[in-house]
Amino acid sequence: MRFVLPLALFAVLCGLLVMGIGEDPTRIPSPLLDRPVPEFDLQTLSKPPVAVSAADLQGEPALLNVWGSWCVNCRREHDFLMRISREIPVFGLNWNDEPEAARQWLQDLGDPYRFSAFDAEGRVAIDLGVYGAPETFLLDGNGTIVHKHVGELNPEVWARDFEPRLSQLRQ
Amino acid sequence: MMDSVISKLAIALLLSIGLVAEVSAIDREVAFEDVDMQARYQRVIHNIRCLTCQNQSIKDSNSPLARDLRREVREQMAGGASDREIYAFMQARYGDFALYKPPLSAKTIALWSSPALLMGIAMFVLFRTLKRRSQLDISVDGD
Repeated sequence: MRFVLPLALFAVLCGLLVMGIGEDPTRIPSPLLDRPVPEFDLQTLSKPPVAVSAADLQGEPALLNVWGSWCVNCRREHDFLMRISREIPVFGLNWNDEPEAARQWLQDLGDPYRFSAFDAEGRVAIDLGVYGAPETFLLDGNGTIVHKHVGELNPEVWARDFEPRLSQLRQ
Repeated sequence: MMDSVISKLAIALLLSIGLVAEVSAIDREVAFEDVDMQARYQRVIHNIRCLTCQNQSIKDSNSPLARDLRREVREQMAGGASDREIYAFMQARYGDFALYKPPLSAKTIALWSSPALLMGIAMFVLFRTLKRRSQLDISVDGD
C-alpha cells in the first residue's frame, strides 16, 4: 500500500518522458503566426534585379518558401514546389546563398517562384524567425502568416497542414 | 623520481585543459574595446540558443545563423539596446525557446515553480514521516 504513491508518481514521470520522446525537438512554435510578414526591402535574384517588399506578397493566398542552393531538403522538395506552384503563387526567400549558385540552381531544376528575394545578410530570415531551410509559410491575401512548416514540403504535409487551411482561406 | 614525473604530467594535463577551453571558443574576436561591454556581450550571446544547433548557445556555435545572430547582438548593443531589449527581439522572432532563461509567463509558470513545489512536497513528506516515527518511539517507550 505504501508503494502506491511513489509508484504512481513514477508512472506519471514515465508518461511525461514518453510524451517527450514522441515530440520533435526541431519543431519550434513560431510566435509570428497570425501576424503580418515583417517588412523587408530586398532585390530579386533575377537579372536585372527588381526591388521587392512584403507588400508584393499580398493579393491572394500564397506560399513563401525559404531556400538555399546549399540545402539538401530544398532539393528534395523542389519537384513538389514546381507542381504546387501551378495551384498557388510561390514566393522564394533565398537565404545564406551565393547569388550565382542560386541562379544556377533555378536554371538547372526549374523556377517555381514568382520571384526569389535575395536575403544577402540573413536579416529578413531573422525577422521571420527562420532557423533552418527549407521553411514554408502559408500567407493569406493580406500577407498574414497563417501557418509555418519547417522542413521538406511533400504531398503528405501539404494534405495534412496546408490544404485544409488554404481551402478555408479561399472560401 | 616517479613522483616528479607524475606531478609534471599532472601540470601538463591541467595546462592542456585550459588550452582546450581556449581553442573551443568559437567567437574569439573582440566585439567591443570596452571591457565591460565585451563581458556583457559574452554573457548575452551565452544566453541565446542557437536554433539550428540546439543545446548550443550562439556563443558556442559557428553555424551561419549563430553568426548572423551574434552580429545582430553586436549591432544592437552598439546602438545602445539593453539586455532586455535584445532578449525581447529574439523572443519576438523565435519564441521563448531562443532563451536559455525563459521569462516567467503563463506558459512557463510550471517550469519555474516546479522546483519549489517539489521541494515543498518533499519537505512535507519528510516532516510527516519524522513525526510519525517520533510518535512510534514514544509509544515504544510507553510500553
